Amino acid sequence: MSALLEIRDYRLAFDTFDGTAQVLDGIDLTLSAGETLGIVGETGCGKSVLARSLLQLNPMPPARVVSGQIHFRDEDILRLPERAMRRLRGRAIAMIFQDPASYLNPLLAIGTQMEDAIRGQDIAASLRKRPRAAARARAAELLAAVGLPEPARLLDSHPHMLSGGMRQRVLIAMALAGDPALLVADEPTTALDVTVQAQVLALIARLVAERGLALMLISHDLGVVAASCARVAVMYAGTVVEEAPTGELLARPLHPYARGLIAAVPDLDHPERRPQGIAGSIPGLIAPPSGCRFHPRCSAATDRCRREKPLRRELLPGRSVACHHATP
Amino acid sequence: MTEPLLRAEGLSRSFEGRRRLFHETPRVRAVAELNLTLDRGTALGIVGESGCGKSTLARLLLRLIPLSDGRIIFDGRDITALDESAMRPLRRRMQLIHQNPSAALDPRLSAEDAVAEPLRIHGVASGQALRDRVAALLAEVGLPSAFLHRFPHELSGGQKQRVCIARALALEPDLLVLDEPTSALDVSVQAQILDVLDALRARRGLAYLFISHNLAVVRQVCERVAVMYLGRIVEEGSAAEVLGTPRHPYTRALLESVPRLGANQAPPAAPGEPPNPASPPSGCAFHPRCALAVAACRAAMPPLVTLGDGHRLRCPRVG
Repeated sequence: MSALLEIRDYRLAFDTFDGTAQVLDGIDLTLSAGETLGIVGETGCGKSVLARSLLQLNPMPPARVVSGQIHFRDEDILRLPERAMRRLRGRAIAMIFQDPASYLNPLLAIGTQMEDAIRGQDIAASLRKRPRAAARARAAELLAAVGLPEPARLLDSHPHMLSGGMRQRVLIAMALAGDPALLVADEPTTALDVTVQAQVLALIARLVAERGLALMLISHDLGVVAASCARVAVMYAGTVVEEAPTGELLARPLHPYARGLIAAVPDLDHPERRPQGIAGSIPGLIAPPSGCRFHPRCSAATDRCRREKPLRRELLPGRSVACHHATP
Repeated sequence: MTEPLLRAEGLSRSFEGRRRLFHETPRVRAVAELNLTLDRGTALGIVGESGCGKSTLARLLLRLIPLSDGRIIFDGRDITALDESAMRPLRRRMQLIHQNPSAALDPRLSAEDAVAEPLRIHGVASGQALRDRVAALLAEVGLPSAFLHRFPHELSGGQKQRVCIARALALEPDLLVLDEPTSALDVSVQAQILDVLDALRARRGLAYLFISHNLAVVRQVCERVAVMYLGRIVEEGSAAEVLGTPRHPYTRALLESVPRLGANQAPPAAPGEPPNPASPPSGCAFHPRCALAVAACRAAMPPLVTLGDGHRLRCPRVG
């Protein structure tokens, strides 16, 4: 099976007044059709910048591609002209975001916004010459597909009349309009209450299974990733430090940062396991630490870690770790 | 029995909705007939989803917003009707920590000035004594003297929250109200702040009213937990019981919805969403989402019943 998405040695920098921030420092990731991959990490690790790269949504400048390729099917996204990119964006690759309210126009009815999205799609080319009614019927179909009741009434509603959970469902419905092969979800449930989050996670899981979608889900919440993704990549300061099947990573993380991250999560079912913080704080990316970017916070760091950037290597089948000292 | 540090009786607060000509002005009951007590040196967690009234409750208890009805007793003294000048000496003893430390700090004050400000205003210390005191407070929350002259933009989120805690401690309060104190922080930093809070409570005998939507965090910090739904407490008891063996259907739904690290599927989801406080369901507010609901649940609000060992439960359908 050939990969749907292949990211190779992708480096992205942001030019700022204070200097150049090396925000993504050599990302390698692969995603096949129908696969689910979670990206976890803390603030500033570059996970959202990576997600936005797949749709070329990072403003350039200040962002600047330093090196690498992002192959989607057989095209390198990084080298596609904007016009060609527009054929992919929201179609073969769709994206949903953390704050659904800011991606809906408050002045337009849900129906109007969905019809616009549908009529903008290639797959809706057949509808383009037809009246809005066809697009409206398709919109109602999509709303039903994401489990929203009374689609017809919803189409006439405005965003403020909807709860946060309903808005996110509407955006998921719009993302489905282009019949995507890849859904990029950037913190899709972070703004939602926990009972509603559970509903949206169940919806995403159902859509992935039914439609054979590939999913890249970005989250700071390991629980959300565990619920949604078969594989997970842990990012720290612009690099992927460990990639593994989700269950294996959570049971036995091999990279010191992945270990620290998991140990920091308070466990509702085992309150006697005290969450452990990671000493120090996230490094600046304008002058990142030499060698391994995690070394100033790592208790196992040696001279080699300060000198030499560890390359990610496969320690076990399907498990790779960027650490000089990790052992299987 | 000794008097609790804080007691609320029949606490209510409604807000007026938007006025419309020829329509009755709608009223939103953010907090309704709420009773709770907080003992000295203990931590009570308030959990619930957005719109349940937990932040309104915090502001009411601190007398930051007026109440519609009820009484607040702080350290044996009825503070419900105290005016601002009478409240002022009491304000030293009750402090609030906000969710977003970046918004809580003045960007033009260094860490030292931010912590010194309340001490200056209350005339507690000045000169070298003031500087020593500030340095000691910052050290107590884990910020060495190198941080004294840093401004908020030179601090990380966790460091800013430490400054806020030091500032709240400056006047030696008995009560800290913490409104989602770690929700804006990364998980590795959250663990550090929880350690700071635990150490402070042990050392200073502080009482915490700890508001959070994160049940696992509340389980770490608090001995007791109250679960709120649409302005009312639906279950209250020891953290081990409420979060370990929940009884109210809403508490159960809340706990089940939390994605667990060990699970490899989406958590089971209760149907529906938290209701709109402007048009609450009849009877028990949770009935439209509850699998156990019967006609009686739609007809009347069930009372909050005290079971053995101080466990309180608002649901006649469970035991």
